Amino acid sequence: MIPELGQFALILALCLAVTQAILPLVGAARGQERLMRSGTFLATGQFVFLAIAYAALTYAFVTSDFSVRYVTQNSSLALPIQYKVTAVWGGHEGSLLLWVMILAAWGVAVAAFSKALPREMLARVLAVMGMVSVGFLAFTVFTSNPFVRLIPMPGDGTDLNPLLQDPGMIAHPPLLYMGYVGFAVVFAFAIAALLGGRLDAAWARWSRPWTTVAWVFLTLGIGMGSWWAYYELGWGGWWFWDPVENASFMPWLTGTALIHSLAVTEKRGGFKTWTLMLAILTFALTILGAFLVRSGVITSVHAFATDPERGVFILGMLAVTLLASFILYAIRAPKVGLGGGFGWYSRESLLLANNALLAVACAAVMIGTLYPLVLDAFSMSKISVGPPYFDAVFMPLMLPLLFLIGIGPMVAWKQSDPVQTYRQLRYVLLVSVLLGGVWPLTMGAWSPMTALGLMLGAWIILTAVLDLRNRMVRRRARGVGAMVRGVLQPSYLGMHVAHVGLALVVIAIAMVNTYEVERDTRMAPGETVSVGGYDFTMLAVGPVQGPNYDAQRANILVTRNGREVALLTPEKRNYFSQPGMPMIQASLQRSPLRDLYVSLGEPLDQHAWIVRLYYKPYMFWMWTGGILMALGGLLAAADRRYRLKPREADVTQKRAAAGRPAAGEVS
Amino acid sequence: MKKRHKRLAIVLGVLAGAVIATALVLNAFRDSMVFFVTPSEMAAMEEVPDRTFRIGGLVEAGSVQRDTTSTEVMFRVTDGAMGVPVIYDGILPNLFREGQGVVAEGRLSADGGTFMANKVLARHDEEYMPREAQEAIERAGHPSGAGGGYNTQ
Repeated sequence: MIPELGQFALILALCLAVTQAILPLVGAARGQERLMRSGTFLATGQFVFLAIAYAALTYAFVTSDFSVRYVTQNSSLALPIQYKVTAVWGGHEGSLLLWVMILAAWGVAVAAFSKALPREMLARVLAVMGMVSVGFLAFTVFTSNPFVRLIPMPGDGTDLNPLLQDPGMIAHPPLLYMGYVGFAVVFAFAIAALLGGRLDAAWARWSRPWTTVAWVFLTLGIGMGSWWAYYELGWGGWWFWDPVENASFMPWLTGTALIHSLAVTEKRGGFKTWTLMLAILTFALTILGAFLVRSGVITSVHAFATDPERGVFILGMLAVTLLASFILYAIRAPKVGLGGGFGWYSRESLLLANNALLAVACAAVMIGTLYPLVLDAFSMSKISVGPPYFDAVFMPLMLPLLFLIGIGPMVAWKQSDPVQTYRQLRYVLLVSVLLGGVWPLTMGAWSPMTALGLMLGAWIILTAVLDLRNRMVRRRARGVGAMVRGVLQPSYLGMHVAHVGLALVVIAIAMVNTYEVERDTRMAPGETVSVGGYDFTMLAVGPVQGPNYDAQRANILVTRNGREVALLTPEKRNYFSQPGMPMIQASLQRSPLRDLYVSLGEPLDQHAWIVRLYYKPYMFWMWTGGILMALGGLLAAADRRYRLKPREADVTQKRAAAGRPAAGEVS
Repeated sequence: MKKRHKRLAIVLGVLAGAVIATALVLNAFRDSMVFFVTPSEMAAMEEVPDRTFRIGGLVEAGSVQRDTTSTEVMFRVTDGAMGVPVIYDGILPNLFREGQGVVAEGRLSADGGTFMANKVLARHDEEYMPREAQEAIERAGHPSGAGGGYNTQ
């Protein structure tokens, strides 16, 4: 009964979405207030029904209702309760339901927080979001219904994939979907601007916080996925250039470009059509991501059970989105206009370089991801493009980008002077070069690429600190309060926090790629192996029992110069539901400057095992950097000027443009 | 600078950027593309290729030999028609099994007789076989789904 209710709610949500896609648009075209307002109610209703459907599916999981096929495939009686709740998004159908529910939630949020928007604009935005909803809801209802019954009902389910039975997995998909779906909001804003022919500073100011928040979630989702892969897959890797990782990374790259291009659109009225293009492309890339994951063209941890029908549906959705958007773009974009001009050396030109580099990087990732698939689809030959390709293309593109991050915030809008920038930054440059040159010596052999990476990391951090200091100095005359307020202005501080976060990630990558030590070795109880200056001693291996698995657990004592550092307990588990599929559970000891990491391989004889030992420097910096990037985005999105009434905001805007030295402006 | 000059400079700049990016991509592609070869195709090769490539097929039943004093392991990969001896040093994937699908990435030894793998990939879970392994079996003239009756849609 409950599952049928869920399905009924799902279908009702689809009906509401169809209405939402049409009525407000008609209202905006005819200037009918009532129809325009309907968008808000329809969006809310859609969310309510999806929440009911979601609750119904969760209920089926919690009560282990194995008459529902999806529950049978993704749960079992012995599954711990927290994983029963999260198993709702453990497979294709349920994760799609989560996706559409989050999409509807974004719709409600837009309706609730956009009181300041002109009502035609809000109506159009909600209508476009309705269209996106129709696409994904139709996909759910017609190809991926989570409520399909299974007759006869089995006694127990086949359990959730053991890889997903992990706290990191609880958070990863919802965060990622929040990000993916958030870009649908940005897309809706872009299409609404094209429909209305209105694209001004106010439009950019409305779009910026939504874009930034979507980006924050995408950043957190990718970071969480990387963190999960690092310890749960058990082989110490944190990024594999796997097609599915790339699927989430491509919209992240264009989304990052979009954040920066929106800054120009808001502050200087420039890059208008380019901003719109980026918004459309970013959304299209999220659909492409859904296609890669859900169509079965690739096999990976992420790939759901395959069904060609689903792939065709998503491809159709992608084609319709691109076709309709580009036709609209071709007709309306000239009306929107290009925006103001700028000198060859200015904040705008540097942000243009940022956008160009990010767009090219995204294109390079896309070629490496899709080319093997296309080749395979036409049965020409089978090739694979691995990390060497991505490293070789990515590195040369990222180095200038990282260098420019240090300069960008220092340079004035419209026209500036490189000599002046050089004078401002020469000491910071010198210190960064020295730091980058010396830092690797603390780790071991000097390597030029590591030195370059560390130099750029130090450069970004030091220039951010210098810029904060300069901003305070400029306000000294106005008293301490003004100095503090100036530095703590959320959007300004957020920018630097996010940049520093990226710097930490860069430093971590430079360190771990060069100085990690990996060793596969044979170990029997009593034997000691030395890795990265630490001695790993195998004490014993024995069986242990978990709630829905049994395992072999090794006790490995780690010492350094005779002092105990940690007792690591890696396991090799056999889940009862999947007897032929042993899982490894790595054991880590983390600290700010290095992780020690052990996983159990396979038994060699009665006592000895193959064990993988890792010394991974600076991994902590990577996760900290990711969190700082997200935090910076949140700060930026929380800026007060985004919440002002339109008229107030315009006034502060004008005052800002007129009064302050341009170099201190927020980007 | 006159407006015309400025526009010219921008166009040239964009062009230069595009050329550099394309060169980077093509160059990286040439160096890091990994081709896939079936055991039969490998046996038919006339010279030993001096680059990394992938082979795939089934792990021949009874062919896995673990050296219990080191981390080295030997096995044979077969597509039903030909078999290739493979040497790998390290931990095999969890789902590596005799008689089941496998893909190995590496180089041929100097004499061309043994495949020295530096990476071994097996199925991701119970249901799927690596696509390349499936392809190897099909290219060797066996019907789809051979070798254990795995669902490989």
